[in-house]
Amino acid sequence: MTWSESKQEKVLAIVSKHEIRQTRLLQILREVQDEFHCVPKNALEIVAAELGLARTKVEGVVQFYSLLSLEQQGRFHILFSDSITDQFQGSRGLMDYLSAKLGVKPGQTRGDGKVSLGFTSCTGLCDQGPAGLVNGHWLSRLNESRIDRIVDLVEREVPVSSWPLEFFHVEDNIQSPGLLLQSPIDQGEALKQLVREGFEEIFMEINRSGLRGRGGAGFETAWKWRFCAEGPEDYSGSSLADKNERFVVCNADEGEPGTFKDRILLNSYAHQVFEGMTVCAGIVGAKQGFLYLRGEYLRLRPQLEAILANRRAKNFLGKSILGRNGFDFDIEIHMGAGAYVCGEESALIESLEGKRGVPRVRPPYPIDRGYLDQPTVVNNVETFAAVAAIAAYGGAWFATQGTDKSKGSKIISISGDCERPGIYEYDFGISIAEILMDCGAENTLAVQVGGPSGGIISGKEYHRKLAFEDLGTGGSFMIFNKKRDVLEIVRNFTHFFAHESCGFCTPCRVGTTLLKNEVDKICDGHATSLDLVGLSSLAKFIKTASHCGLGQSAANPVLGSLSHFPQAYKDRFKDVVFEPGFDLDESLETARRMSARDDPWAHLEQ
Amino acid sequence: MAEKLKIATTSLGGCFGCHMSFLDIDERIIDLFDLVEFDRSPLTDIKHCSEYVDIGLIEGGVCNSENVHTLREFRKSCKVLIAVGACAINGGLPALRNFIPLEECLAESYLTGEGIDNPQIPSDIELPLLLDKVHPIHELVKVDYFLPGCPPSGNAFWRFITDLAAGKTPTLPYELVHYD
Repeated sequence: MTWSESKQEKVLAIVSKHEIRQTRLLQILREVQDEFHCVPKNALEIVAAELGLARTKVEGVVQFYSLLSLEQQGRFHILFSDSITDQFQGSRGLMDYLSAKLGVKPGQTRGDGKVSLGFTSCTGLCDQGPAGLVNGHWLSRLNESRIDRIVDLVEREVPVSSWPLEFFHVEDNIQSPGLLLQSPIDQGEALKQLVREGFEEIFMEINRSGLRGRGGAGFETAWKWRFCAEGPEDYSGSSLADKNERFVVCNADEGEPGTFKDRILLNSYAHQVFEGMTVCAGIVGAKQGFLYLRGEYLRLRPQLEAILANRRAKNFLGKSILGRNGFDFDIEIHMGAGAYVCGEESALIESLEGKRGVPRVRPPYPIDRGYLDQPTVVNNVETFAAVAAIAAYGGAWFATQGTDKSKGSKIISISGDCERPGIYEYDFGISIAEILMDCGAENTLAVQVGGPSGGIISGKEYHRKLAFEDLGTGGSFMIFNKKRDVLEIVRNFTHFFAHESCGFCTPCRVGTTLLKNEVDKICDGHATSLDLVGLSSLAKFIKTASHCGLGQSAANPVLGSLSHFPQAYKDRFKDVVFEPGFDLDESLETARRMSARDDPWAHLEQ
Repeated sequence: MAEKLKIATTSLGGCFGCHMSFLDIDERIIDLFDLVEFDRSPLTDIKHCSEYVDIGLIEGGVCNSENVHTLREFRKSCKVLIAVGACAINGGLPALRNFIPLEECLAESYLTGEGIDNPQIPSDIELPLLLDKVHPIHELVKVDYFLPGCPPSGNAFWRFITDLAAGKTPTLPYELVHYD
């Protein structure tokens, strides 16, 4: 089949718009996907040839990211968030409803090519769910009447840009602002301070503040920057600092289910985030920065680009920032394409380079060899927002709040069973019980702190405190009341990890699927106490043998629930030694039907 | 001298390669007979397991209803059940059909494939029915040990059985699970 010239032209135009750079591969493929509702084989070949890459390399990238597809998708591609909070808000039932109305199943494209449906991991709208995406744009607060209207719009082929704005309406939903959210800095305030006081002085302020990374791991920000600024040494121990270019990356790949604080920071505090990045660039000596924005936050992109343009106009970005010679820095936005693992910093860097987001072997850490093997600072959105505030208000302002080892405040995203889900900011050291009270949670069965990769907390631990020394978290706080079934939660999380495993290492690739099958077996009522033995040893193995944080935490939901809610498992066990995890007699059905048999030998007992 | 251990062996959805490899213990088979006697096995042509068997060696995955019955008979009789080789452990080569619906497999083989005379799906109560998927044996019964390899080497068989006969948990040193 020959491809029409106009289509070829379109692909070539996209590639040349991105300056034929390999690092832009993912960005190019996103635009191709947008244009054709898939990445067609011909486009793949053109892109590969233009960039000088093997076709298989490009195809490998397409297959890695869940928002890219080799198969033709509908002109309206609708995805529902499959996060547990969306599920508990009824998303699965709504999908059945939508699917019946449109006459197409999830995972399929309708015969007329008009519409395709599917599920995706958390879309970051857990406080305003059930949520989804249409052609990459958020759909919030879905319900049957809204779905009726969506079906109508789809059938009449009304372009998404003309859909009612209320469908896309997303509120910040800040319920309780704290240290950072209450006192946003004025535009340029931190940079003026930086230029006035000098880089070294502001670095000392950040050091004094005791700020630790807000992504979850909690590495001290000042030290990360110092290591990056001093750069790697060569084999003789002398610094290579002068030979290296440096990069600043803001990790806005907020993929942990139940986390949506970056959505708010980027929607209403983006100036401050960019300013934090610029402060970092000044201190470590970087010229180029990236905001790695998760694909699901596409809708924020235009306003973020506008803010960047505005900052360039004000000389908060660009050459000789605020007149300081040599202080050159600019920020580029890179879009992700639906891969949770890209939240891991080295996977994120791979993705920035246009590759599959497979985590690197560490060390060397990104501060030594990051983007294009150059020293790179990767920090969370919230960290950069805090940096800007510290540069403006001083380290002491920050350090007086929080606990001894966890200074300042933490923004948490509360979703699930409570009166008032949304954004809450607390000084570190707050107890779980206080948070539950604030957001109006009653009859709470469990709290999932830090998302699926974090831990599950039951009633006897509500006195525990949010702080790196007790319960560290990237910000996800999902509340489940006593009507919820712990095993359904575990099942959702285990499916999530099996879906998001990048496939690089065997313990995680195979292990997460085995874990999923075993949890399904328990939930389907086929398990016995013997299965528990296999389940716990499998879980421990995945935890210890996996290559990166994803695999190492993939078994946390199982291990955590086993220790906190053992009874939930025992209640499901059958009182036999062992039985298969599938319906044995049912699995003979095809053969029975085709050979027209129904004699006693054509059946099996479970 | 203590009573000999009873060993039973069978091949479900396997190629008998594991059994052949077992015979690669060569002259040690004479020493083996000092330790064990064979119960149900293709080597003895005994058709069913005795009431008590010490060790059951299963080669091959579970493809059809007869495999299920055989496997259950082994589990019932054997104190220790061992999954032997890639097919018993993972489904192996026969499990490649898991990616194709059974309906298509049967149709291709018996109805629509090239050169088929008198197309019909075989139907007789003596013929076992195919399961829609091939399963590793541990998905159907509790398995005590896994002896990996495709096939496991004669030395690996020897090590496993002599360890068990000595009352030890069988372990395989690196050389015996290193395949390239």
